Amino acid sequence: MIELKNVQKSYDGGATLAVADTSLTIERGEFLGLIGASGCGKTTTLKMINRLEEPSSGEILVNNCNVIDQNPEQLRRNIGYVFQGIGLFPHRTVAENVAAVPQLLQWSAGDIHARCEECMEMVGLPFDEYGERSPSQLSGGQQQRIGVARALAARPEVVLMDEPFGALDPITRSELQEEFKSIQQNMALTVVMVTHDMTEALLLADRIAVMREGVVLQIGTPKELLNNPSHDYVRDIVAMPRRRAQRLEELMRNE
Amino acid sequence: MSDNLREQLLLLPAYFQGHLLLTLAAISMGVLISVPLGVWAEQSARVKRPLLAVVSIIQTFPSLVILALVVALLGGRIGFLPAFIALTLYSMLPIVRNTVTGLESVSASVIDAAKGIGMSPNQILREVKLPLAMPVIVAGIRTAMVWTVGLATLSTLVGATSFGNYIFTGLQTRNLVAVTVGSLASASLAVGLDSLVASMQWLLEKRSEAVDSARLKRIRISVYGVTAIIVSLALYGLIPKPRADFVVAGKPFTEQYIMAGLLTQELEEAGFNVEQRLGMGSAVVYEAIRNGTVDVYVEYTGMVWANFMSRESNPGREGIRSGVVEFLEEQNVTTVGFTGFRNRYALAMRRDRARELGVTSIEDLIPIAAELSAGSDLEFFGRTEWFRLRDLYNMDFADKLTFDVSLMYTAVAGRQVDVISAYTTDGRVAAYDLLLLDDPRNALLAYDAMILASTNAAAQPEFMRILEALVDSIPDAAMRQANRLVDVDGESITVALEYLRGEMTKN
Ligand SMILES: Nc1ncnc2c1ncn2[C@@H]1O[C@H](COP(=O)(O)OP(=O)(O)OP(=O)(O)O)[C@@H](O)[C@H]1O
Ligand SMILES: [Mg+2]
Repeated sequence: MIELKNVQKSYDGGATLAVADTSLTIERGEFLGLIGASGCGKTTTLKMINRLEEPSSGEILVNNCNVIDQNPEQLRRNIGYVFQGIGLFPHRTVAENVAAVPQLLQWSAGDIHARCEECMEMVGLPFDEYGERSPSQLSGGQQQRIGVARALAARPEVVLMDEPFGALDPITRSELQEEFKSIQQNMALTVVMVTHDMTEALLLADRIAVMREGVVLQIGTPKELLNNPSHDYVRDIVAMPRRRAQRLEELMRNE
Repeated sequence: MSDNLREQLLLLPAYFQGHLLLTLAAISMGVLISVPLGVWAEQSARVKRPLLAVVSIIQTFPSLVILALVVALLGGRIGFLPAFIALTLYSMLPIVRNTVTGLESVSASVIDAAKGIGMSPNQILREVKLPLAMPVIVAGIRTAMVWTVGLATLSTLVGATSFGNYIFTGLQTRNLVAVTVGSLASASLAVGLDSLVASMQWLLEKRSEAVDSARLKRIRISVYGVTAIIVSLALYGLIPKPRADFVVAGKPFTEQYIMAGLLTQELEEAGFNVEQRLGMGSAVVYEAIRNGTVDVYVEYTGMVWANFMSRESNPGREGIRSGVVEFLEEQNVTTVGFTGFRNRYALAMRRDRARELGVTSIEDLIPIAAELSAGSDLEFFGRTEWFRLRDLYNMDFADKLTFDVSLMYTAVAGRQVDVISAYTTDGRVAAYDLLLLDDPRNALLAYDAMILASTNAAAQPEFMRILEALVDSIPDAAMRQANRLVDVDGESITVALEYLRGEMTKN
């Protein structure tokens, strides 16, 4: 369970707020989508959860413990994180990248190897073929999938994902989305996923938080957002997939 | 193969070994100091600026100055240690700078990811930043290594063995074979060590790419093999050799090489084990005989008088002699005796030019000096002797040019300058048919050659007996001819030494 209580974050000593007075509760096993325009504070929110950034005020609880009271390294090792910039280690092989967190947790070599194979299989990049490559020998989409595998390798209960599927083609993307959704459900993972793709959010998330300029405008199930948008902005952004589908249909008819 | 070349190649193992040990030791120490400093600087902006400024400033000092400063700071200690320290200091800039640059260039998203998966700052440094910065750091080490190999040749001047022994001896005795062997050896060592580091780096990078072909394995074995050989060669030099009974030293010009050879032969023939330190700077060798790192060398009275006693007067030959002996005694240096020849400065002109101008003494130059150009070695125009000459005769030359000694003689022979500051025992005076001008006002000092010994060595009667036999044994003419054999006829030091021993009137 993740709980944000009146969290604020300013990078410039209070002049502007990257995240303004946000309170959120994410239940154990829940999948929360975080959506909003570029620069609205999504990454900042995510980073505060595993203490990559410290809130300027307010508090954050993970499993009922204030993150400030925990050793930041221990905390981060127990939370999976898929980075917006992917951030694979270029001097390590793909397999070593996937093994990074288990290694920090000092798993046995055998366990690490088995888990690497499993995770790489999961994201569709078999260990035997890709394990020994260097990240630079992978396509952007493949790197992103390894980023997901790395986040899941140590079997965390909480996974934070910052646009994890952004660089994938639609088909791989929807395969991976489904794959991930079933993993999430089987393992009862608590997930916070940042995305720019409303369709993705609607399909995967149990609830969606819509952010604008550091403020969470509305949080609710896809249905609630579609039926009862609290702001015009929320209505527009949630309606986007449907509007696009209609456009496509019109295009087809005009042919 | 010529005798000369064979003679030079016989010296190769010792010089190679000395050069290698010096270079590897300095580079290793440079890396051990500079990489941590670079890491520190990258983490703290407060450290970075001053640190980079300091290492850059060290670099702007002429390398000879650094060597001399280190010798002075070590209380006149010569040999491996000051050379090692100076080279280490010199190697620091490229390594520190590249370490900082390399660490700074690691992409922020990778560091963010390392932090995000729960690496501690230490782990991020060791497992992410340093490995990623490594190519840049290694490039800095390679730059430093090439510099160090080149600069190590200068360490000859402070009494450490290196390929510089070839180069300095060769330049001063016009032995082009020695200069060539020394330069080629130094250049090859630089290229060799550089490629070795490059191939090690290549192998390390290949490790992560898992292309384990038979060829790669062969390369790996040969690189490690060569590295092992080189390191053990260098370390071999650390095995203490049987301590020499005496250390014979000399400065970097022909007469000194011959005299050091003579002292060595005399001591060796009596069964002593002798170590040579040739081509050392004047102040360095003087300091070394005072503190006992050098046991014996040939010095000149005028040199001690003007340079070490800082006297500006000229009390005449005998006055200088007695003043110097007394002074040296206070300095704990034993004067064994005078060898018989003197090698002082004298103004010299081409004989035909002198006749044309009607000049036989310096006084004759007074009315015409303002239209003449003069050449000197690197020192003369900066010495008090020159200032005194200028004042006593109240004249100055239109142009004053400084040259390497060989070039100074060719300049006057080729009529590019009218007057030079020649050495009276220099064989080239006769070879180029130069006229030494009289000095009726006694501006120029007497330079009687004398054998100096350290207190320790002088306490041994056998040592003193051997050297005392050399007192008053070498006439001016014999020394001049021996010098001439080397400087003009291109003979080796060995040949000149043989000649000199034949001419000596040993008592
Ligand atoms: N390290 C930082 N220092 C200063 N300002 C920052 C920093 N990181 C983010 N910001 C600012 O905080 C605000 C929120 O940034 P954040 O990265 O959270 O946006 P985002 O919603 O993730 O955007 P995007 O969708 O483009 O990734 C932006 O205005 C950004 O410029
Ligand atoms: Mg972001």
